[in-house]
Amino acid sequence: MELNKSWYIKGLQDGIPISLGYLAVSFTLGIAAKNAGLLPMQATLMSLLNNTSAGEFAALGLISSQASYLEMAITQLIINLRYCLMSCSLSQKLDPKASLFHRFVIGFDVTDEVFGVSISVKGKLNPFYTYGLMSMSIPGWALGTCLGVVSGNILPRRILNAMGVALYGMFIAVIVPPAKKNKVLCGLIIVSMFASLLFTYLPVLKKIPSGFQIIILTVVIAGVAAVLFPLKAENTEE
Amino acid sequence: MYNIYLYILVMAGVTYLIRVLPLTLIQKEIKNCTLRSFLFYVPYVTLAVMTFPAILSATGSILSALIGFIIALVLAYRGADLFKVSVGACLTVFIIELFL
Repeated sequence: MELNKSWYIKGLQDGIPISLGYLAVSFTLGIAAKNAGLLPMQATLMSLLNNTSAGEFAALGLISSQASYLEMAITQLIINLRYCLMSCSLSQKLDPKASLFHRFVIGFDVTDEVFGVSISVKGKLNPFYTYGLMSMSIPGWALGTCLGVVSGNILPRRILNAMGVALYGMFIAVIVPPAKKNKVLCGLIIVSMFASLLFTYLPVLKKIPSGFQIIILTVVIAGVAAVLFPLKAENTEE
Repeated sequence: MYNIYLYILVMAGVTYLIRVLPLTLIQKEIKNCTLRSFLFYVPYVTLAVMTFPAILSATGSILSALIGFIIALVLAYRGADLFKVSVGACLTVFIIELFL
């Protein structure tokens, strides 16, 4: 019992930088949510229930273009598919004695950052450590989103323009460091950006809804890469 | 007319299932190499596709966005964390737009 408490407190401490990062990034998400026509409560609820920057970001585009619920589900499935792999990895890292209840709770917040920090713990993962991370990061994510919606039009245009790149900056921070050590990833990122450029500007391709553009490009490019450059064992953990 | 709360529920339901199913159901590692490789590559492709060229229209001008994009790439390459890369890109755009 005492051990669980100390793991929880350690998680709270390690969750502070995640929370601060989330606050800044989710503020931009809030601004985007406002532009997509969401009320503060709706945007906050979305962040509380989803905890996925890329997924929520894509969802806003779908909501403002009145996409179908099926398109929303498929987009979330494709974009958030990486959490599946993280969860697989986490299931090996987690204390084997962890009950089903713990697994259901941890599963709520498998994000890039919470996963990354959870997996960095030495030995088996105590669920209470991840609860500490979650207790810090979830409110940061939701609060930032809420503030973004509420104060979106209070801030000057210059600040808004600057905040506009925050989320993209975060994506870059996620994909670039692993690409430094892996030439396939590096090439893959360049090919993906170029293909995305084509889909944005070429006459017929640009008519495809952005949600499906992401799905098509991801399945095709990642699929071809998986066949051409299959991973060696033990290479799937970031 | 689509309902925003239903959108949110669909998102949350799909995303939670993706996260919780492996943790609760799959106890052994995925053995299929192609599937493992595909899942490994997905986030990089998705995030790259979403970042570019969308970032170019995220600010007041293409020039400030492009320079912010390049600075973010440099910061990330030099090992800055998520927070620093994100704020660094924002500050760059802010400063560049002061001169436009």
